[in-house]
Amino acid sequence: MGSLSELYQNVILEHNRSPRNYRAMDDGSRKAEGSNPLCGDQVTVWLRMDGDVIKEVTFQGSGCAISKASASLMTGVVAGKTRAEAEALFDRFQRLVTGALEPAETETMGKLAVFSGVSKFPIRVKCASLSWHAMKEALNSAEPTHT
Amino acid sequence: MTAATTPAPRPGSPAPLDVERLRQDFPILAHRVRGKPLVYLDNAATTQKPQAVIDTVTRFYSSENANIHRGVHYLSERATEAYEGVRERVARFFNAPSSRQIVFTRGTTESINLVAQSFGRHAFGPGDEILITGMEHHSNIVPWQLAAEARGARLKAVPITDAGELDLDAFDRLLGDRTRLVALVHLSNALGTINPVRDIVARAHARGVPVLVDGAQSASHLSVDLQALGCDFFACSGHKIYGPTGVGVLYGREELLERMPPWQGGGDMIASVTIERSTWAAVPAKFEAGTPMIAEVIGLGAALEYVEAVGREAIAAWEDQLLAYATARVSEVPGTRLIGTARKKASVLSFAVEGVHPHDVGAVLDDDGIAIRAGHHCAQPVMQRFGVPATARASFAFYNTRAEVDALVRGLERVRTVFG
Repeated sequence: MGSLSELYQNVILEHNRSPRNYRAMDDGSRKAEGSNPLCGDQVTVWLRMDGDVIKEVTFQGSGCAISKASASLMTGVVAGKTRAEAEALFDRFQRLVTGALEPAETETMGKLAVFSGVSKFPIRVKCASLSWHAMKEALNSAEPTHT
Repeated sequence: MTAATTPAPRPGSPAPLDVERLRQDFPILAHRVRGKPLVYLDNAATTQKPQAVIDTVTRFYSSENANIHRGVHYLSERATEAYEGVRERVARFFNAPSSRQIVFTRGTTESINLVAQSFGRHAFGPGDEILITGMEHHSNIVPWQLAAEARGARLKAVPITDAGELDLDAFDRLLGDRTRLVALVHLSNALGTINPVRDIVARAHARGVPVLVDGAQSASHLSVDLQALGCDFFACSGHKIYGPTGVGVLYGREELLERMPPWQGGGDMIASVTIERSTWAAVPAKFEAGTPMIAEVIGLGAALEYVEAVGREAIAAWEDQLLAYATARVSEVPGTRLIGTARKKASVLSFAVEGVHPHDVGAVLDDDGIAIRAGHHCAQPVMQRFGVPATARASFAFYNTRAEVDALVRGLERVRTVFG
């Protein structure tokens, strides 16, 4: 069993207090929603693409510290990545929060490594991955219509 | 405290509970969680089991197990007697007119689904209305949505006030010529509100409308007297009244149960079967198809016997004191807001901590061995009404202590420290 400080690392608490890129995006963006019916958490993720590259990511929603901090950190690390890079990162993040990532790989996760403690709290895995699933869905959603 | 209490045989107030001694009847309460003594404040989700219930179930499987209603052999006769004996006990416990009106189900949810499917099939037609309230558990919403959709009927809900009480004027307006059933919760699992069921039943009956009462929470906290309440259906669960999971009760007015078609077919619910057609057994067997949860029913009997021995008035009195104490203490923690401040409440304290999501509140408390519920409590319309995604909820049983409330308050102060 994990300890509370493993779960609520300072970076997570800080991003929960002041989430980055917490706003809706206007036209020309793709968006997707994620929800956890068990706890009622909801998140909306917006992406602005330039060809194959994710230029900007924003989010809004309600959820616990883990889900909010995870969304906030994700908006930072995914911006500037190509679709393929973002999808690969999605896979590694899933393995990180489920405890399936090798220690050497965890070191390559940068700031996201603060979520390694989540794997010791199985019910919080969904909190950490909610915004990532929404990001992936937005990535695969239809091209936005430009008005 | 409660709208309908069992006719009191004892004069004066009940003797206070010896809570410390009673706690020893519950083996789980001696356990440690995360290295801390367990503080179990999630009783609205499920209650812990006294040794008497655990022993009864173990004894049944160890030395008495057999199927019921079919054996010519000794064990089957004994099991049948025990199972039917619990039906008698349930009828006495809730003061039902007769044990024929007690149907065993898997729980409150199944009891309500039984009524929605079976009663609904002949009672609801196109344009008819089913009246529920804005403080229902999903199990008293969704079965009616399914029935309404199947029959072309409509579902309406009585709004609730800022305190979390039913708006009775709105109830009177919504109770109309097309209303075919009123279904409401007795004691709200999300707010702790005790609804004026007797008054609601009187108003509905004045217009010839039957009433179903969701008693999932009230069965263990209020001394439910079905004849005094006057409701037509009452649903509750064994596991929320110190019994096993997987067993529940549906009480129904006899003439309604007689008129209702079976909802599941199978063994034990028939009078005769040919390939062309079948005829049904009398109530309540008509609604108990297949081998039932025999051990769980017998365990429920032990739970009710235990509750009676502890004393229902004494239980209610102590739980009221505990709720009043917890309400006062939790209100003093800076940044907490109570959700549900009805004048008549029991056993449930729902609250929000400013700036901290209930899941995070729950996780910090859990680290101290304190079990609460964080979430929407299967009552999303209630959350929407109060503009919160979820609440933290402490819910009490008679084995809880003031010291445990103090531990909760210390935990909430730690929440402020971690997230402050």
